[in-house]
Amino acid sequence: MNLGRVIGTIWATKKYEALEHQKMQLLQPLKFDLEKDGDPIIVVDTIGAGPGEVVFYITSSEAVIPMDVDMAPVDAAIVGIVDSINIENN
Amino acid sequence: MILGRVIGTVWSTRKDEKLVGAKFLIVRQLNLDYSPKNSFVVAVDSVGAGVGEVVLYAQGSSARQTTLTKNKPVDAVIMAIVDKLDISVKDKEKEVAAE
Repeated sequence: MNLGRVIGTIWATKKYEALEHQKMQLLQPLKFDLEKDGDPIIVVDTIGAGPGEVVFYITSSEAVIPMDVDMAPVDAAIVGIVDSINIENN
Repeated sequence: MILGRVIGTVWSTRKDEKLVGAKFLIVRQLNLDYSPKNSFVVAVDSVGAGVGEVVLYAQGSSARQTTLTKNKPVDAVIMAIVDKLDISVKDKEKEVAAE
């Protein structure tokens, strides 16, 4: 999993049928110090994160697991909203 | 998934037989402000995207998770045509630079 921040939303009516009714969000990947880490990506959000919230997300074909479909062309999905992060020493 | 724009088509007659019938489009990656990036991919089209359209594509083994591409040698698939995107959390650095 990786950290990210939801920075916006995206709408697409014409899409692969398994993606119907799935919310997709714009996400800025973050390092552990919450600095930006590369380019923004689009993720499926089954958790309901709001804009600005720090989340953690999964990539690759596991991203379809949070969705209640057996097959969907999805390579990134939010799996949790972060309450707090504590780093002892890095 | 990654934001992109379809910029062309690839035709191929001599190819892996599992790819027969698949439509290949060339997609150029876009920034969220729709400015083009220097990253291109040949992706199988699963939603009927046309040249010029802004799309989303999935990469890696996720690209095989469609009825069209299941068990096929495919690692990129166009799975949505974008209507609209809205960036609600502005980029602080850009804002500072803009002031």
